[in-house]
Amino acid sequence: MNPARRKRSPVYVLVHVLLFAIGIVWIYPFIWMIMSSFKTNNEYIVSGIKLLPQSFQFSNYKRAWETAHFSVYFWNNVIITVSVVVIVILVCALTGYAVGRYRFKGRLVFVTAVTATMFMPKGYTIIPIYSLVNSLGLNNSLWGVILAEVGGAHVLFILLFVAYFRGLPKELSESAEIDGSGFVRTFAQIVLPLSKPIIATAAIMQFMWTWNAFLMPLIFTLGKPELRTLGVGMFQFVGENTMDWTGMAAAASISLVPILAVFIAMQRYFIEGVSGAIKG
Amino acid sequence: MSMANRVSVADKRAAPLVGYRARRELWCLAFIAPQLALFLMFTAYPIVMSYVYAFFDWDGYGPPKDYVGFDNFIETVTDPIFWNAFRNSLLFMAYVVAVQVPLALLLALLLNAERLRGKVFYRTIYFLPVVTTTAVVGLVMRFIFGAYKGVVNELLIKLGLLTAPIDWLGSIDTAFLVVVLVGIWKTFGMKLVYWLAGIQSLPKELFESARIDGASGLQLLRYITVPLLLPVGSVILLMSAVNALHVFDLVKSMTDGGPAFKTDMVDVYIYRYAFSGNGGARVGFASAAGVVYGVAVMIISLALGLLVRWSGGRRNAARL
Repeated sequence: MNPARRKRSPVYVLVHVLLFAIGIVWIYPFIWMIMSSFKTNNEYIVSGIKLLPQSFQFSNYKRAWETAHFSVYFWNNVIITVSVVVIVILVCALTGYAVGRYRFKGRLVFVTAVTATMFMPKGYTIIPIYSLVNSLGLNNSLWGVILAEVGGAHVLFILLFVAYFRGLPKELSESAEIDGSGFVRTFAQIVLPLSKPIIATAAIMQFMWTWNAFLMPLIFTLGKPELRTLGVGMFQFVGENTMDWTGMAAAASISLVPILAVFIAMQRYFIEGVSGAIKG
Repeated sequence: MSMANRVSVADKRAAPLVGYRARRELWCLAFIAPQLALFLMFTAYPIVMSYVYAFFDWDGYGPPKDYVGFDNFIETVTDPIFWNAFRNSLLFMAYVVAVQVPLALLLALLLNAERLRGKVFYRTIYFLPVVTTTAVVGLVMRFIFGAYKGVVNELLIKLGLLTAPIDWLGSIDTAFLVVVLVGIWKTFGMKLVYWLAGIQSLPKELFESARIDGASGLQLLRYITVPLLLPVGSVILLMSAVNALHVFDLVKSMTDGGPAFKTDMVDVYIYRYAFSGNGGARVGFASAAGVVYGVAVMIISLALGLLVRWSGGRRNAARL
């Protein structure tokens, strides 16, 4: 079939119209949220379905950022997310290097144990995690949330690193070792820098999960407003200010616009990361 | 491919160096030590304790002392509110999976068509909700579907489909439906990308030779694409089902299980007992409910896992 003719065919046009129209509806909640964040509450009430604000004004953002403490929540989110991503990547890369490139005592036991727990029926494991972090005395700092988010086995990332490190030619580390490079230096200076694609994929995935986490920060910040993250802060804000629609929209925008921006800028890595989860 | 037989043969060559191998073994153990510690503390220990706590009457303060045998389990399985939440969770999962998985496949097939322009654009649009914070989205939806000046009501009234605004999330007739719709919308993009990955992993030569043999587009779909996608499809089904059965953030933020427990889900039910605050928490009981539900989810996964095996999806499932 001639591609030029196919492109003009009514079916082709219809598909585009449908995909585009549904696509607008699909992201409408975010457009609505961002537009509402620039309106006043009075304007919100009378504007009905009108999307654009009369004039873009930032008082909602000022109110959310200062009065409602979203500046605190925002930086908590940033600190938690950055720490978790860095620690998780490091831990998984170390594990992936040892498991992927060397045979050592206990290797098989380790791999089997980590994999087997994925298939075990679990109870409500949040409670033991919560009491464990509490008994370590970390429940009054961001470290409690960070440790709880870092905790556990990251099977997907480990598998990605294992597969990648195993695929690297073995001459690489051998020649380095002949030149007198030790185990750690070979890893840190030669092998790790080569694994940038895996680091990028894992970092993006972990960034998304941690930035959006809700249950862990919720239980670790009960009664500790200064440790709240954006999601938890938003939850409290809406509970306390049911009539401040546009303040809510500004607060929600502060939470969502950063992750949306990172996604749009680096969407290839997001898609690859998610695809990696299904391909294994 | 087993992990053991592809390990570097550097071991043997390095053998003459006395002590070298032993030192390397130690380094390997040191490298896995952080992950091992995190695994023992935050995976293994919590799994064991999630069972242990279930046998105690415990408010979460101090060590659990009050052993009560199977009382918590008996209370769980005789509580109608638990079964209500259980039913809701199953229904939520069934609706989400039944709508999402086939529609995501349809869109993936469309986006995979060679001649369609703007693939990346559409993929980005439809994936967008996936990357957003579920709890925040849930709260935004509370306003969008709000009874007072909610944009859904305003729009439907303007279109003449409604005469008076509906309290979508406050009414027992509509709340569950709205939660399901938002649930489908929120994770749809994930299933789309799974399907796209599955489609792209299909062998291209097969399609070419079939086309040379004169197969039409629909025939390709019916006899090659869909049958070959069955294994990856069952994995998608399994993952979607387990995720949907553990819905929490969305329901907690949108309705908190209300109105009248109409949108109560098991994870929300358990949370209420585990972290109710004011010293009234019933951690032992919450743990027992967690075990009952964990076993139920395992049985459902096994049933779906058999489906995976039956459709030849072993290769994919065994990788994780």
